[in-house]
Amino acid sequence: MLKNSATAVVPTSGTTARRISSYLYQHAKVRLRLLLAAPVFWLGLVYIAALLMLLITAFWTVDEFTGNTKVVWNVDNIVSLFTDSLYTTVTFRTVGIALAVTVIDVILALPIAFFMSKVAGPKLRNLLAISVLLPLWASYLVKAYAWRSVLSNTGILQWILEPFGVKTPGYSILGAAITLGYMWLPYVILPFYAGLEKVPGNLLEASSDLGANTFTTVRRVIFPIVLPSIIAGSIFAFSLTLGDYITVNIVGGASQMLGNLIYTNVGTANNLPMAAALALIPIGIMFAYLGAVRRTGALNNL
Amino acid sequence: MKLKLAKVLALAAATSLALAGCSAAGTNNTGGTMLDKLGKSEGTLTLLGWPGYAEDGSNDPAYDWVSQFEKDSGCQVTFKPYGTSDEALSLFKTGEYDAIAASGDATLRLIAGGYVQPLNTDLIPSYAGVYDFLKNRDWNTVDGKTYGVPHGYGANLLMYNTKVVTPAPTSWDVVFDKASAYKGKVTAYDSPIYIADAAVYLMAHKPELGIKDPYALDKDQLAAAVDLLKAQRENVGEYWSDYLKSIQSFETGNSVVGTTWQVIKNSMSAKSNTEAILPTEGATGWSDSWMVSSTTKHVNCAYKWLDYIDSPKANAQATEYFGEAPVTQDACQYASKGFCETYHAGDADYAAKIYYWTTPISKCLDGRTDVKCTDYAAWTKAWQEIKG
Repeated sequence: MLKNSATAVVPTSGTTARRISSYLYQHAKVRLRLLLAAPVFWLGLVYIAALLMLLITAFWTVDEFTGNTKVVWNVDNIVSLFTDSLYTTVTFRTVGIALAVTVIDVILALPIAFFMSKVAGPKLRNLLAISVLLPLWASYLVKAYAWRSVLSNTGILQWILEPFGVKTPGYSILGAAITLGYMWLPYVILPFYAGLEKVPGNLLEASSDLGANTFTTVRRVIFPIVLPSIIAGSIFAFSLTLGDYITVNIVGGASQMLGNLIYTNVGTANNLPMAAALALIPIGIMFAYLGAVRRTGALNNL
Repeated sequence: MKLKLAKVLALAAATSLALAGCSAAGTNNTGGTMLDKLGKSEGTLTLLGWPGYAEDGSNDPAYDWVSQFEKDSGCQVTFKPYGTSDEALSLFKTGEYDAIAASGDATLRLIAGGYVQPLNTDLIPSYAGVYDFLKNRDWNTVDGKTYGVPHGYGANLLMYNTKVVTPAPTSWDVVFDKASAYKGKVTAYDSPIYIADAAVYLMAHKPELGIKDPYALDKDQLAAAVDLLKAQRENVGEYWSDYLKSIQSFETGNSVVGTTWQVIKNSMSAKSNTEAILPTEGATGWSDSWMVSSTTKHVNCAYKWLDYIDSPKANAQATEYFGEAPVTQDACQYASKGFCETYHAGDADYAAKIYYWTTPISKCLDGRTDVKCTDYAAWTKAWQEIKG
């Protein structure tokens, strides 16, 4: 049998392989469907179904005695997301931190990316690209613990700030925002850099030839071109912060974010339905964010 | 095209529903029956426990008490460490483990869920040598049946920085009513079970609340404890669950007063100026038990392990490595000098001041029948609210 099928591959007219091949050639739609079957199966069943399976538990409940998840359809969990002050407070705090991290990263990343793409020579540019990417090689946890010692009362930040009469933010929301800003910076610099690369140098020269000052050039020429990259970068910083719970646990002092609530509901409370309901919040926020971005038309330029 | 996408989504949703239906059909086993005599070793044993409870020398060649057991019993041991009681519970529920070392805040949940079997202690010879005050307690015995044999015990102590916290405290009030003096530098254990620490404090300072057992709180008593902890929250710098994190924040002075374990105190450097005490109100603590799975296929090996870990030499090695008191007086002759004194092993007065972790359940553990008590789920919700 095996031998037969092996010889069948040889394209002589009238063999099975030949017939299949000519059938597929004539029927473009079937060809396309077969080609897409594997990725659609993966995306549909393994990816989307797994996610839906998790989220659907938000409408279930937990058996008080055995602690098992029970299929009793209800919306109590979803309602409590909006009525329970704990969940609303933590949601606003999380969005606030995510916005702060995004702003910090955009402000830091723009000049670095501009310098890399427009000012630095090829050698320096490579060196900068390596140093931006290098922290990604270290483990997330190692970096978080490193910031724990940086931010501590006897840490390097205190040592630097002390002469100016300023204290280290310590383990607090601000500490967490700074650390997260550091964590996601490479993900923001890279799209900025790619976007600025696309701006032709002669466009900037033309702008200044026509009498525009630096500020006008940035506002009227550079900004519109790199806006999609800025948005792409901000999506990274914003969404990654929204889901984080480890950094805030290590350097956030006593504060909680949405991720912590989800984590304690899965780990400590054994309340998978509530955890699933809480997971809907960041998903909802990201959908709203992407929807808003889409309306600006920035996604069309990507 | 839109329609097709909807079809795919509907299919995905249907599949996920079907799959979820299968997984939600819970396992409600009955707890199994007691073993009446030991048989032949099955050859393998899979254990679940706190880190450092079953060392085979692979972390540090100097600490190895598993190899001896493997040689004696012929059971090859696989050990999986866990980080929190709650993680332990979800791991053990998979049914992949033959025995578990669980703290009192998990044991009742394991028993109620039918995940562990009652033990025949006659088949565990070294159980006879275990301190009496650790036997037949709420967290290891239900309806007169013993479900767990002790591994070791310890107290959640009060640690303070001797330079900052003066005069030297004798009471938990430095982390509760007087905590504002150390605003931002108070630390506390990050778990719902910490609510019991507040209850221990209230037992001594607000007797009118009528708390008899810090793990049996009715609605009003829980509310009082929550209020106390919410007031404490204003002064808390950070909550800890990772003991290395706790060591570091006392070393750097980010924390100056709060809950600790003896093993953390032992790891502090001399220049950190820290001291740890058992305050006058008493303290919460843990007494860990080895329990056998109700669905195990290696019950003989599991019994042999339970006997081995309570035998003096192995118990001394295991508890000294982890930093807690051994469960039998005979262990002290195998432990290093001063170990049993440091950990107050067998000191019944000291042990009487410890309220051992146990899972709060709606049936009051202090015997009250006229009210319903708050269960662990209520404590967890309350704990999230306290942290805010």
